[in-house]
Amino acid sequence: MTVTASASEARTRPVQVWLLVWASALAIVLVTFLLQDSLPWAVNYPSSAVVPVADWVSALMGWIKSNLSWLTRSITAVLGVPLDFALNLLAKNFKFGHGADTVILPRLSWVGVCAAAYLAGHAVGGRKLGILVGGCFLYIALFGQWTSAMLTLALISIAVPFCIVTGLFAGIWAWRKPWAERLIVSPALDLMQTIPTFAYLIPMLLLFGNSPVSAMIATAIFATPPMVRATMLGLSRVPSEIDDFSEMAGCTARQKLWRVLLPSARPTLMVGVNQVIMLALNMVIIASMIGAGGLGYDVLLALRALKVGEAMEAGLAIVALAIALDRLSQAIAHNNAKGHVHQETNPVFWRRYPNLALAIAILVVTTLLGLFLPAFAAVPKAITFTTAPLWKAAVNWVTINFFDMIEAFRVALILNVLNPVRAFCEGFPWLGAVFLLGLAGYQLSGLRLAALVAVLTAFCAVTGLWEKTMATVYLCGISAFIACLIGIPIGLMASRSDRFEKIVTPVIDTLQVLPSFCFIIPVVMLFRVGDVTAMIATVAFAVVPAIRYTNHGIRQVPPALIEAAKVSGCTPRQTFFRVQLPLALPEIMLGVNQTILMALAMIIICAMVGTRDLGQEVFIALSKADSGRGIVAGLAIAFIGIVADRLFNAWTAKARARLG
Amino acid sequence: MTDRTEQVPSQSGKDDRPVKLACRNVWKLFGSNAANFIRERDGKASMAEIAAAGLVGAVRAVDLEIRQGEIFIIMGLSGSGKSTLVRCMSRLVEPTHGKVEFEGKDLLKISDAALIELRRHRMGMVFQNFALLPHLNVLENIAFPLSIQGQDRPTREARAREVIELVGLRGREQFYPRELSGGQQQRVGIARSLATKPEIWFLDEPFSALDPLIRREMQDELMRLQTMLHKTIVFITHDFDEAIRLADRIAIMKDGEVIQIGTPEELVVNPATDYVAEFTRDVDRAKVISARGLMRACDGSEHGGTVASDAKISSFSASIVAAGKPFAVVNGTGKPIGEVTPQAVIDLLAGIDRSGTSA
Repeated sequence: MTVTASASEARTRPVQVWLLVWASALAIVLVTFLLQDSLPWAVNYPSSAVVPVADWVSALMGWIKSNLSWLTRSITAVLGVPLDFALNLLAKNFKFGHGADTVILPRLSWVGVCAAAYLAGHAVGGRKLGILVGGCFLYIALFGQWTSAMLTLALISIAVPFCIVTGLFAGIWAWRKPWAERLIVSPALDLMQTIPTFAYLIPMLLLFGNSPVSAMIATAIFATPPMVRATMLGLSRVPSEIDDFSEMAGCTARQKLWRVLLPSARPTLMVGVNQVIMLALNMVIIASMIGAGGLGYDVLLALRALKVGEAMEAGLAIVALAIALDRLSQAIAHNNAKGHVHQETNPVFWRRYPNLALAIAILVVTTLLGLFLPAFAAVPKAITFTTAPLWKAAVNWVTINFFDMIEAFRVALILNVLNPVRAFCEGFPWLGAVFLLGLAGYQLSGLRLAALVAVLTAFCAVTGLWEKTMATVYLCGISAFIACLIGIPIGLMASRSDRFEKIVTPVIDTLQVLPSFCFIIPVVMLFRVGDVTAMIATVAFAVVPAIRYTNHGIRQVPPALIEAAKVSGCTPRQTFFRVQLPLALPEIMLGVNQTILMALAMIIICAMVGTRDLGQEVFIALSKADSGRGIVAGLAIAFIGIVADRLFNAWTAKARARLG
Repeated sequence: MTDRTEQVPSQSGKDDRPVKLACRNVWKLFGSNAANFIRERDGKASMAEIAAAGLVGAVRAVDLEIRQGEIFIIMGLSGSGKSTLVRCMSRLVEPTHGKVEFEGKDLLKISDAALIELRRHRMGMVFQNFALLPHLNVLENIAFPLSIQGQDRPTREARAREVIELVGLRGREQFYPRELSGGQQQRVGIARSLATKPEIWFLDEPFSALDPLIRREMQDELMRLQTMLHKTIVFITHDFDEAIRLADRIAIMKDGEVIQIGTPEELVVNPATDYVAEFTRDVDRAKVISARGLMRACDGSEHGGTVASDAKISSFSASIVAAGKPFAVVNGTGKPIGEVTPQAVIDLLAGIDRSGTSA
């Protein structure tokens, strides 16, 4: 009796203590803010004390560039060979010789590629998938995006195998050597996941120039982490009995890895491959800024010239490509997870692989036909459509008829929501932020987290980027907040109604595979450039995890607990609020965490529509090839992500521990 | 413990088959610095000492000898350390202390290469959840251990087909594991472990994941295979009925310790501890106790028949009660060594204890 009483006292007391601590901390920050005239250095970081990290980084990059050019050039040369081959095969033509005696071997015929896409879909997922995948390719052809799309596809097809092999080996290494995982691989993966896509481009641009090769390297680096994680996860999930079996069969270490563990982990590995493909597509689009070409470049050009119709067309082609690649690789992963089924073996190649054989035959025949019939070589102009005027007309119609409404909405949003929050954030004392975040870190996990959070926050101020950092935090924070406000209720509804879930799932699946670029296009048509556009695009991009995790969190509450609640006489309302919601909370918070990270990634890309934050800093650095400035700004963005991520994770871990 | 077991006429005592595998004071402790802890104490430690050092004792001071050709069952509830013990015997788990002798040679001292050789040719193992490779079909799964050894495809597939025939899976060669039922999957597991013609065969709860009916069928199948193959079998189970059905000898484990080793009859008649007695309480004694166990000296009355001394009571209970006369018990050479009365059999079947001596 006394024991329980004192235990509960001990449990309540720290809460009160923490309340007191937080109250006084907030008071201190408020005082700092009010005293900003006498303590200016505590609010705005003094420009005289800025540490010139950017200059150091620039110097380092300059040194690397001038001293290691032999290395970067040879890398370019080596990687250029397969890349050129893929580009020629899919998009350009093979040219041998010069001048008059140039021999031209044509690229693969579009008819053949569409047919092959249909057959690939048919082989892994039946006729329905075949029609979907083939249809996506046909769409790209008919809407006049063929060459650009094939450029993009060629880059992906070279980058992805590279990612898979690198990721596999890094994953194996991390799995074998726990110290490597703890000290090198995990921190590197965390950093890579939070560094914005833009920041990858700058060093690549500097080292490898403005070329498809540097775009491919940036893509390969960006898209590798999921493969590393999938490999580590897959290997650690192999049942211990299979591990034991391989030992008892007398496998050597190498036989065990390659013949037992990796094949057993194949379903998980294939999920990683799917993610690699989608990330590579996303990055290839963004890497158009450093010479990737393809669909992303079309969007970029159109956006710069504010040609919404063209941007929309290219954007839709990206969507078609994304859906085709995603569904195809998911079907393969799904087949792997289901396991193998025996079938009649046939020694004849074309009988054993009828789809593959047919696809090769069609490709060869149509490509050869293309030598004589131009309609097979390039999509004939006569059968292509363009929807650009249509989109333009639609936008014009909307702007003519609804201009006042949209404008009123936009201005109201800016004046009443965005500007006050922005002013609050940008005026927030840097010292206060370091202090409060450190305190939060201490409460949630301890001194180590507190130190990490405080140091990372201080970095943003010390490098002289405080105002831009807070501008990023403000836009990211508002967008993530609105995304949660929309996403969590949708997730809750989806979790309570199977019919609603059936409608929501394909929508968020599609939203998730779309490269971030695509979200900007329709919004910019209506709201033109500025913070509102950035916010809306970010909300649309970041809403997916909030929906998905909420739905999943509620649905994974064990049915036995719900039955127990019902038997104890809970009304459906009570069951929901007192059993399901509290149990799902950690999962929901994980979704919120993901939403924040995705919002951060998107906000940076929105620099293209004229925000004034760290993303713009990177964007400017990119156009000036100023590596130091870009990398430091990129690091600052990554640090915002890491701080948010670590605090949320610590909080979720605590909540999880409490739920047991 | 020993003095009580010796009162029972025992088959294990006069077993002169060579020892195939032996554990000598084998320990497996988890926790930091476990090896030093047990070495400093000369291979002796009590539960309390282990707990005080912050260690967990998964296997403690196990001594046992497994003889060639016997079915040796290690029985214990979950967490009793039986799985760890069998993994110590095959060095899947490195014991913290002690010796594991395979034909008298210390397994813990041989090189990795020698260990791989040993496992490739002389040991086989069957797993509770089958541990089949999902990406290989039945034929490839069974041929896998051979292919690891570098045998060429025709040789290993010929051998794989032989064992497929043996376990009755013909016609399923091209099927993948997920297309098979649990029982069929375990047949594949058994076939795979037999493909290398091992001398010692570890079965780690092989039938625990199967339905009761299939389990019984597989137990019969194992007995059928054993009459043909005469392997040395180490069989792990948590099911005492299964142990009694299959075992030549049973070792009962609790909290990492072996608390009794004996034939099923010895365990039933003379449980070493209350824990063992608890297990044996519901056992159908007529199926476990042999004629020798109920035998008394002949008092000259007329005999209604003869039974072998190792015949289980259940095998002649109906006929002895019908005959209403004692049966003579004969040894291997046909010489009478005593008799069993119908009354003794009826008492046993009815669960009446008239002797008043045993507990």
